Amino acid sequence: MVGSVSARSTAVKIPSTRYPVERITLPNGLRVVLTPDRSAPVIGVAVVYDVGIRSEPEGRTGFAHLFEHLMFQGSGSLEKLAHFRIVQGSGGTFNGSTHLDYTDYFETLPANALERALFLEADRMRGPRLTEENLRNQVDVVKEEIRVNVLNRPYGGFPWLKLPPVMFDTFPNAHDGYGSFGDLESATVADAQSFFERYYAAGNAVLAVSGDIDTATATALVERHFGDVPARPASQRPSFTEPDLSAERHESYVDNLAPLPAVASAWRVPHPVEDFAGYLPYVVLAEVLTDGDASRLVQRLVQRDRTATSIGGYIGFLGEPYEVRDPTALILQAHLPAEGEVEKVLDTVAEECDLIATDGLADGELARTQARMATHLLRETDAVLGRALRMAVLEQQRGDPGLINELPRLIGEVTQEQVVAAAAALRADRRATVEVQPGRSA
Amino acid sequence: MTHTLPELGPTHELTLPPEGEQAFGNGLTVIAIRRPSVPLVEVRLRVPFARAELAPAALLTQTLFSGTSELSTVDIAAEMQKVGGALGATVDPDRLLVTGNALADGLPRLLEILAQVLGDAAYPADQVAIERDRLVDQIQVAQSQPAHLARVALLKRMYGDHPYAVQTPQPEQVKEVEPDALRALHRQRLHPAGATLVLVGDFDADTAIGAAQTALSTWDGGGEPAELPPAPALAPGPLTLVDRPGSVQSSLRMALPAVPRTHPDHAAVQLANLIFGGYFSSRWVENIREDKGYTYGPHSVIEHAVAGTSLVVSAEVATEVTAPALLETWYELGRIASLPPAPQELEQARQYALGTLQLGMSTQAGLAGLASTYAGYGLRLPWLAEHAARLAATTLDQVAAAAATYLAPARGVTVVLGDADRVEASVSGLSGIERKPVD
Repeated sequence: MVGSVSARSTAVKIPSTRYPVERITLPNGLRVVLTPDRSAPVIGVAVVYDVGIRSEPEGRTGFAHLFEHLMFQGSGSLEKLAHFRIVQGSGGTFNGSTHLDYTDYFETLPANALERALFLEADRMRGPRLTEENLRNQVDVVKEEIRVNVLNRPYGGFPWLKLPPVMFDTFPNAHDGYGSFGDLESATVADAQSFFERYYAAGNAVLAVSGDIDTATATALVERHFGDVPARPASQRPSFTEPDLSAERHESYVDNLAPLPAVASAWRVPHPVEDFAGYLPYVVLAEVLTDGDASRLVQRLVQRDRTATSIGGYIGFLGEPYEVRDPTALILQAHLPAEGEVEKVLDTVAEECDLIATDGLADGELARTQARMATHLLRETDAVLGRALRMAVLEQQRGDPGLINELPRLIGEVTQEQVVAAAAALRADRRATVEVQPGRSA
Repeated sequence: MTHTLPELGPTHELTLPPEGEQAFGNGLTVIAIRRPSVPLVEVRLRVPFARAELAPAALLTQTLFSGTSELSTVDIAAEMQKVGGALGATVDPDRLLVTGNALADGLPRLLEILAQVLGDAAYPADQVAIERDRLVDQIQVAQSQPAHLARVALLKRMYGDHPYAVQTPQPEQVKEVEPDALRALHRQRLHPAGATLVLVGDFDADTAIGAAQTALSTWDGGGEPAELPPAPALAPGPLTLVDRPGSVQSSLRMALPAVPRTHPDHAAVQLANLIFGGYFSSRWVENIREDKGYTYGPHSVIEHAVAGTSLVVSAEVATEVTAPALLETWYELGRIASLPPAPQELEQARQYALGTLQLGMSTQAGLAGLASTYAGYGLRLPWLAEHAARLAATTLDQVAAAAATYLAPARGVTVVLGDADRVEASVSGLSGIERKPVD
């Protein structure tokens, strides 16, 4: 045996980052965030548009995502395939992704490709090449994406596509963000053109550049490439809010590919932007309940009662607490053994939340959870691209990209009283639940 | 107004971060790499684990941190959280890998707990029972995933009787594993001989090595090394058609021969694979995704393992285009094997290979993964700079020769998992087939 280990230690101090932040707004309304870091010869470039799944029109489910694909199909100066070839032929990688409240496009490259990346993003911001042939091709590709991620595998879309329609009543919040095949197939080039005109204005976008850049040089290059993107009125984002639930909701469905039961529940949380201080305790609570073997619900459900084989908790249906707007939720999701009873799991979660509400937290329980959350936050933004993406969305949704440097400290300042109050709010009558019934024997 | 593509700026040389290395008397090698980008540390402990029995090895990774004579599973997790940390373990046919990270100030504590677990893991009966049931459930879920089932069928087709042929235990095998079997496996195999500890983060390399010495230099140095025989050559033959009734997609898998990183052909094979299908801007992806819309995320990857290297081609395609997608795949392999690529195709692939090397080294987690993986093959980070020089010097003739040798479709093996009743007739028009049920 190796040495003796003291059974108890104290939590370490939570560190923070000091990423520099330069903010600029071009005359056409494009907001720009620059954050230099000369420690490695690489850069991250992210463009975030203020449109997502919640903004797509009725009868056009999945359109925000389909349109994201079309933004890679060529633009004014670029043939189809050129974007991919230029990024990769410059030593970089690219992607885009569609979220509830935004759509991002990004590259990470060796630093000598900075101007190319800016050129590529500016070219499609002026306008993608929208053709019937490319649209039909990408409808086919998106259908294969949905087959891989949803239709041909067990637990496909659970719970991110399955829980919103239980919790919400309005189309923007409740509908399937991947889209029905019928809606995807009926999409037209004219739909795409009007979607671009409405939502893809420079004033509706944020550009973030991180990594091995000189601020003055990068500013000049940004102005050179984005300066002639025309100014267009930016679409005003409507409120998508809905009233909180007043009675419990519970639905179930059979998944023919799933061998074992599963369940997910959601509770509305305070406004992530307007009431950030009231929201953060819920972000912490999700981790107190489910982060690792020392967390409340893993100890109780997985280790003691064995009523679940795994339990996870997070904020937002896509699990991105600092990149989502109202309305959103705290979500708990559990996988159960073959004979597991969903009601028992739900009752135990309620019991554990009551215990926190009445007895508070154990000594050190909050501090150790906050320390682990700090590691997660710092790790997510170690890559220049992760940093550019987070800062772009913080600028877009909060006008505060420097918040990236404050998050570990703000998480660390959440008090026990706040977490206890958040736990008390996870009541059954505010809960929306979706249950997966296995359609295939284990 | 026209907009023209800007030129690239001057290329940055690949620069390596400062590192220290020390071999302890018990056989453990420690590599410490300073990368202070964020105030964290990354930890990778790689222990040779060839020939470990599948079911106990899999369950050991789930119970290694389930308690010692002094600490419970909750104590271990809570103590790690206090320094912002966590530890976990995975296993493959070559090695057991412990992965962890923590706030930078927590490194000594993380190593102290790791040492305690390595020297004194208890495998408590109640914890083993819990984790055994969970692992059985996980395997059952995996067995309903097409990607897993296709992988199982491909490995069997590639490796025959070699230990690489089966890499996941059956639920029935896991159910029989008792705590004593885990303790025995730990006693026999979890030793520092041949193991490598990689530390990357915001520290002074010598201080980090000192912390490792304090915690791990007395880790028991016993145990016997185990080696695998070389993987057998691929045996081309009929396409294996695995029936998954009701499948709305077919999972196409092909394995082709390839070479280890130290082989003189390695850089040329890497570039040939990129041009064929190894990145988005490849012939195969542009063909079956961007032209024909058959698939979403096709990929072609060189998979290195200690006993052998292969090139594995994967795509999930709509059931109704299974045969045409296969045809295009074989066509693109045949084309690159028999005709030299264009110079601009090689330059594009070369830039991608060189650039992504720099990207991969720019994060703590990326560096830790690279250093740990390479250490498993006796390589160190400076090898990356040598490899970059080889990539830069590889000629079109060398790439064409490598493609002809390694990417020729007749040298590969093919597996298709899908709804056999719907695809058998058309696929059998392209190739001899052997139909099988899912294992």
